[in-house]
Amino acid sequence: MNILYALLLLGILGGVFGLVLAIASKVFEVKTDPRLAEILDALPGANCGGCGFPGCAGCAAAILAGKAPVNACPSCSGDKTARIAAVMGVEVKAVERRVAFVRCSGGDRAGHKFDRYVGLDDCVGAMKVSGNGTLDCAYGCLGLGTCVKACKFGAIRINEHGVAEVDRHKCTHCMQCAAACPRHVITDVPYSSDILVPCGNKDKGAVAKTHCAVSCIGCRLCEKNCPTGAIAVVDNVAVIDYKKCTSCGTCVTKCPRKLIVDIHNNGKVAPVVISQ
Amino acid sequence: MDITKLLSISLGAILVNNFILVQFLGICPFMGVSKKMDTAVGMGFAVIFVMGLASALCYPVNVLLMKLDLEYMQTVAFILVIAALVQFVEMFLKKSMPTLYEALGVYLPLITTNCAVLGVVLLNVQEGYNFIESVVYGITGGAGFLLAIVLFASIRERLQFSEPPKAFRGFPIALITAGLMALSFMGFSGLQVW
Repeated sequence: MNILYALLLLGILGGVFGLVLAIASKVFEVKTDPRLAEILDALPGANCGGCGFPGCAGCAAAILAGKAPVNACPSCSGDKTARIAAVMGVEVKAVERRVAFVRCSGGDRAGHKFDRYVGLDDCVGAMKVSGNGTLDCAYGCLGLGTCVKACKFGAIRINEHGVAEVDRHKCTHCMQCAAACPRHVITDVPYSSDILVPCGNKDKGAVAKTHCAVSCIGCRLCEKNCPTGAIAVVDNVAVIDYKKCTSCGTCVTKCPRKLIVDIHNNGKVAPVVISQ
Repeated sequence: MDITKLLSISLGAILVNNFILVQFLGICPFMGVSKKMDTAVGMGFAVIFVMGLASALCYPVNVLLMKLDLEYMQTVAFILVIAALVQFVEMFLKKSMPTLYEALGVYLPLITTNCAVLGVVLLNVQEGYNFIESVVYGITGGAGFLLAIVLFASIRERLQFSEPPKAFRGFPIALITAGLMALSFMGFSGLQVW
């Protein structure tokens, strides 16, 4: 008899709950746009925040609501953006892929005003305790890896010289590294760029030269020799206009500091030979 | 209604018999969602909410079971009630309070399989609490969960900057920290409200 009661009770309880849930699912039904799931599916799902919305779900909702363009996601490459555009029924113009770039190659080749730093393993911490960083140079990478922690895609590492280095094949241009860097040493360059100036030192040549073995001294040799006028010294540091640059490599050979590098798009900064 | 008893139940649930650090119930969300403070707080409040509601709903079910001499069915019946309850609450929140639903996020369905919630209703029966005492025990038990997970999350956020030996990095050091916290909570044992 007891077993019958048990069966009945659980059966009835289960039935009642099932019924209540079935009714509730109808009563409390929330209609979601099927396009939302499709957009969310096309987004990378890393929730990097590069688009400015809270995570990929927030970005998908904003795209759906028309508050953001279909290419709002900085991490999406062409085919993904095309998928989102197809879902939304609009066309998207091809946007050139860009990647993050660390404007410093100093590290152990740069002068350090503090020999040893033993505080928090974090650039922000190092900035706070040391005044303005542990380097002589006020612009260089401290190499403690705040950007490495910020990267959701594992595209930054600290290289053998102790400088942050971007793997441009993995980089999705979300620029969270640039936002995390207290030195503001990370900018972006086109993915197709070959010639890079890994220095952002705005000091005058004499000062820059004493601070670091691989600094731009603003000598303008590159500017004078560039056949297309693509490279110019702005604020005592060479800057390349990639719209004009033809990757001829003249500046690489002319640079007296052997600072400018031609990476031939292989994602690695070639070893710099120091002439000192 | 005895205020002193309710106070004593609350104190017991929050400190002396803290669900996580003394009774070791609900460890998986405790380890799983304690990496960041804001998610830990969200989870804590979700647990308070569901534990209180589950205590209230399981009380009449238990009365029914007692009437039919089916006490041995408690575990199965309670699991059924909690699972249905969480599902219902999720649907309700999604419709009526989307912001709260978004804030709780994945933690609400996670609670379905949280043993602290089943533990609180079973303990209510074991201790022979009446309806009000059960609800108070449920809510304060959830508050104890919140306290533990917030403390743990704040420690884990600092652990990010520490440099333990390689073998201890990540989860092992978190487990050791949780063990030390449990030890310190043993200091509350014997505390009573007269």
